[in-house]
Amino acid sequence: MTNEFKNIVVENSDTIVKKWLGEISKNRVNDYTAAISEELFQSTNREFVNVIFANLDKQGVAPELNDFTERLVNLGWPLSYLTDGLQSFRRVTIDFILSQSEKVDTSHFSKVLDTVDKWVDPIINQLVNEYSGSWEHIVSLQRVALQELSAPLIPVMDNITIMPLIGTIDTERAKLIMENLLDGVIKHNAEVVLIDITGVPVVDTMVAHHIIQAAEAVRLIGSTCILVGIRPEIAQTIVNLGIDLGKFPTKSSLRKGFQSALELTNRHIVDKSEANDDIEKILDSLK
Amino acid sequence: MDFQSCVNIQKEWDIVGARQLGRDRAKSIGFGTVDQARIATAISELARNIYLYAGTGKICFETIDEMSQKGIRIIATDNGPGIRDISQVMEDGYSTSGGLGAGLPGVKRLMDQFDIVSNPGKGTEIKTIKWLR
Repeated sequence: MTNEFKNIVVENSDTIVKKWLGEISKNRVNDYTAAISEELFQSTNREFVNVIFANLDKQGVAPELNDFTERLVNLGWPLSYLTDGLQSFRRVTIDFILSQSEKVDTSHFSKVLDTVDKWVDPIINQLVNEYSGSWEHIVSLQRVALQELSAPLIPVMDNITIMPLIGTIDTERAKLIMENLLDGVIKHNAEVVLIDITGVPVVDTMVAHHIIQAAEAVRLIGSTCILVGIRPEIAQTIVNLGIDLGKFPTKSSLRKGFQSALELTNRHIVDKSEANDDIEKILDSLK
Repeated sequence: MDFQSCVNIQKEWDIVGARQLGRDRAKSIGFGTVDQARIATAISELARNIYLYAGTGKICFETIDEMSQKGIRIIATDNGPGIRDISQVMEDGYSTSGGLGAGLPGVKRLMDQFDIVSNPGKGTEIKTIKWLR
């Protein structure tokens, strides 16, 4: 019985493909593939239908399917193109088989449905697995990338280290910040650490709490922590929330923070040209 | 006019989603950057309370557009354990989780109106409004 249907489909593949292409093109008007050129769309359609028939022939997943999906995933075709295509293939094929058979009773009807489902469903499963696998891969890569970016520590000068924070701080990241901060202070032998929160969008009680704890821990190991990059609106919300940041110094910008870090380590910035002028003046007076 | 949009709070990152939606809503109503930061912080506190103490819940936003004034209403609901003594949690420095204890009193100061209804064992609903000035 199954083979009988298969023969009907294979023998009349031209008619089915034609109908299917018609459906796909009809769908195309109001959807996602509008930006793709007509030629590419048509050639992909033809390839797609060949893959479907190759699968049908082998009664299982053909290697062509893997190649085809891999290429589409790489090119970034939407998954819905493939699932829509397979659904119209299912509709067209069922329609066609039913129109070819003389007797149409319920058992025959359900047999046709069953057979066609067995052709189409494995392909859909394979496609969805392939796509979601590639998405999961991307997400896990990005998570790793994000983690690497989440708490960087930059030793800018002897004894001065900066930790610029950008983006949302959650509990996991807060832990990383604390660890990196303490490790870095020991490793770089920093006397002053600047935590820059210019890029942190919201400072709520949780974020403030973690920053206070980190600063307290830095103080315990004998260094000073300066919180810099407090934007005016963040300053207002901190005051409204009633958070006490009085225990450690804060500055509005990294520049000011760096200056006070230099003061704390008994250094200051000297303008070279001015210094030269001074020397020249001294030399002049000696003449 | 006051259509509602909600964010379910289930994971820690949903707090960020709620904050983003609330900030966008506040921006479209016409709040300035300072008030946007206040609203986003308030949402952050409310969402974090849901995440920490109730586990799951939701945050809803409504645009208020009346004759005399415009504003944003934030409604935080959960089916968590509820709060036994509301006057206690509204005190500065009270926390059961080792935090700063500035969350709820802080939200009250950040926003213009603040209502809290809590039934122990059933859940908590907090309604808070910020008016556009």
